Amino acid sequence: MKQKINHNSETSQNILKIKVQGLIYQNALYTIIAIFFGFLVGGIFLWSAGFSPLEAYAKLFSSVFSRPKYLIWSVIYATPLVFTGLSVAFSYKMGVFNIGAEGQFVVGSLAALCVGILVDAPPVLHVLLCMLAAIAAGMVWSFLVAVLRVRFGINEVLSFIMFNWIAFYLSNYVINTKTIHKVGGGEASKDIRESARILLPQSLQNIFQSNKANYGILLAIIAAVAIWFILTKTTFGYRVQAVGLNPHAAKYGGINSDKTMYIAMSLSGALAALGGAVQLMGNSMRISQFAGQEGFGFQGITVALIASSHPIGCIFSGLFYGAMKYGGSKLNLIDAPTEVVDIIMGTIVLFIAISHVFRYLITRRLKNKEEK
Amino acid sequence: MKKTSHFDPNTVAVQMTDIVKKFGNFVANDHINLTVYKGEVHAILGENGAGKSTLMNILYGLYKPTSGSISIFGSPVHIENPGHAIELGIGMVHQHFMLVEPFTVTENIILGMEPTKAMVVDIKKARRKVKELSERYGMHVDPDAKIEDISVGMQQRVEILKVLYRGANILILDEPTASLTPQEIEELINIIRNLTADGKTVLLITHKLKEIKASADRCTIIRQGKYINTVDVEAVSEHDLASMMVGRDVQFVVDKKPIEPGEVIIDIQDLHAKDYRGVEVLKGLNLKVRRGEIVGLAGVDGNGQTELVEILTGLRKGESGKVIIGGKDLFNADAHTLFDNGVSSIPADRQKHGLVLEYSVAYNLVLQNYDKPPFSKHGILKKDDIYKHAEELVGKFDIRGAEGGTKEAGKLSGGNQQKVIIAREVTNDKDLLIAVNPTRGLDVGAIEFVHRYIVEQRNKNKAVLLVSFELDEIMSLSDRIEVIYNGNIVGSVPGYKANEKVLGLMMAGGTKNETED
Repeated sequence: MKQKINHNSETSQNILKIKVQGLIYQNALYTIIAIFFGFLVGGIFLWSAGFSPLEAYAKLFSSVFSRPKYLIWSVIYATPLVFTGLSVAFSYKMGVFNIGAEGQFVVGSLAALCVGILVDAPPVLHVLLCMLAAIAAGMVWSFLVAVLRVRFGINEVLSFIMFNWIAFYLSNYVINTKTIHKVGGGEASKDIRESARILLPQSLQNIFQSNKANYGILLAIIAAVAIWFILTKTTFGYRVQAVGLNPHAAKYGGINSDKTMYIAMSLSGALAALGGAVQLMGNSMRISQFAGQEGFGFQGITVALIASSHPIGCIFSGLFYGAMKYGGSKLNLIDAPTEVVDIIMGTIVLFIAISHVFRYLITRRLKNKEEK
Repeated sequence: MKKTSHFDPNTVAVQMTDIVKKFGNFVANDHINLTVYKGEVHAILGENGAGKSTLMNILYGLYKPTSGSISIFGSPVHIENPGHAIELGIGMVHQHFMLVEPFTVTENIILGMEPTKAMVVDIKKARRKVKELSERYGMHVDPDAKIEDISVGMQQRVEILKVLYRGANILILDEPTASLTPQEIEELINIIRNLTADGKTVLLITHKLKEIKASADRCTIIRQGKYINTVDVEAVSEHDLASMMVGRDVQFVVDKKPIEPGEVIIDIQDLHAKDYRGVEVLKGLNLKVRRGEIVGLAGVDGNGQTELVEILTGLRKGESGKVIIGGKDLFNADAHTLFDNGVSSIPADRQKHGLVLEYSVAYNLVLQNYDKPPFSKHGILKKDDIYKHAEELVGKFDIRGAEGGTKEAGKLSGGNQQKVIIAREVTNDKDLLIAVNPTRGLDVGAIEFVHRYIVEQRNKNKAVLLVSFELDEIMSLSDRIEVIYNGNIVGSVPGYKANEKVLGLMMAGGTKNETED
């Protein structure tokens, strides 16, 4: 009897060991470590600037969690980031670093704006038209970069960055044209028509105590599931990842990598552009003249990185970033700088980027322990 | 070639006693004994995964043994790390080189222990020493050449020099011939002889029997982590060595039933192609392969065979010519079209072209067929069928470690990775199989396996084009041997008539007529 108990505890110990070993190889563990260090480093900066990190973090969390209204706002902030995160994650699966999500976001938003102002259509149809316009704009924006890469061998990172600036000035130009620009003063466009908005019905807005609660997050979740489905279940996903993982073997296996690249990059552009459309139609309703790049696309890179490029993970990391952005905006209530959020997110990115160092340290420690 | 031994049976250089090494529950080395004399070339022979590299890594201080003792030149040692091993005069040349490509030979050799004069690296002194070492052992290495500009064989000599420069007396060479051409192998064997003549001791990790016969004095055989035997190489045959290594009788000669070659499957006419530098490397090549024959393409690397194969598999575009397959001219067709028209191939570089290493074995097994039934329908992958297919092939082709096809291809051993490719291409069952260096880096058991399936394709009345730098392989498998030299076929010999001398001369540019004089 006693032996049996021993035996049992041994197997349960083994199971635990296997579980621990499995965990070491999980990206999620390193993401959590990185997030911890992000807050730690952010705290050091707060402390050295004379603020109490505990107080600031308490404010950050209470700004997100203390009221349902705040949670809704966090989700509203998160929605465009889920889209740009998906865009970056999807392109990364094909070996392309979509630093151009920023520009695709802007042109998507701009196309939706034009259709939302200039076209008169019944409610649901109008929303669809705006989104189609955004998708088309984002696809073209990214497709052009794909053509430059495939046909002329131009590094896509360079083209993406230039296309970001083209989108930036294009947007500023368009919103200052007579038909789009707001009547009267202000440096912004007109608001899009009511029929082009994706706000929740008034009754639900009242329940959520937010006049900006919108359908965007549902679309983002649908998009994430769709991308997950494409990547794991379809022949197109097989091609995309084969090209991303080993273009030589893909070519040898008869996969037309150029065609795959065109389609996949266009799709990636469409995702970022949808983010722009959703931000416009669910939250901002207009586009203001840019003084600097807004950063939704760049933040998408962080979102994708935290999610290890997993489409479903992008939902959660997008929500995390959205909550940080919203909570961070409340930090100035206690006079703490909101920029600390950028420090935290930057540190997280840094620590995820060097996660192989942690992996090495942890596995070596375990190995040493075992040898002893 | 008679080899001369230089070893001194009175001085034991390395004594490893009762070495046990466990990784968790896996016993990689199970009570292994090894005695190596000064000036000896001692081969460590075993299949992939037999534990020979583990044993040498213990000697080099990369692993600590679970139990057992080591003494070097009679004094017991506990080797803590590679730095300690180097202090004890033990140096190791790894299979994969660790060189900085844009640096010169000298810079690479002194990296980490640069001689200095007034805080400045004394490159002149280092250069002199490198040159002197290189000359002493007949290596002909240019100390000022950049690594990226020299051949793989030369790079290996740089690695050997690096070890010698650090004062090694005992050199461990891990699979040193894996990426060398036959000529480079011969030169390497000479260098090894020069080293032992100078009193150095050389340990050779390998699974190539021919090289053991040509270079080693004695050989220790390890199988599945266990010590099998230590033999005098002179006293045993290659066949004996192979049987000891694998643990069963090994068939070197493949059964080929006599077949009368049938219709022409591929007819290459007047093919011209340039390499990446724009130099013409195929100069009007003509070649036919018929049903039921294996045509061996023999040649020294760099005579156009790479470009030929790449054109035939859709990886490269040629300049002009015809590639007629099944009545259609498929010159410059893409990989997909060629595959659909009956061309399958075992690529030269299994990790670069043959596999997506991060994909599961099952996914790799449908690399060309993932978009065809039964593996997908309307663009949706049918994973059940993909995995069922994988399970079947994993069993049939004895692919080890694949876990029913779910394991990532990159996590299999080299031999099993090659089995994945063979399984895929043989199952594709196309009229033409192009096999390029299909056994490179494989051990005897795996080579036997690959050869069996290549011959089976021929016996099933398919056409096979075998491109290989291993003349033995070409000679033992081919029904007809074509020799490629400088972008053209310069001679054709029936398989049964071929011998190394005739082929060697043709490969070097002599014509068949000259050689028959």
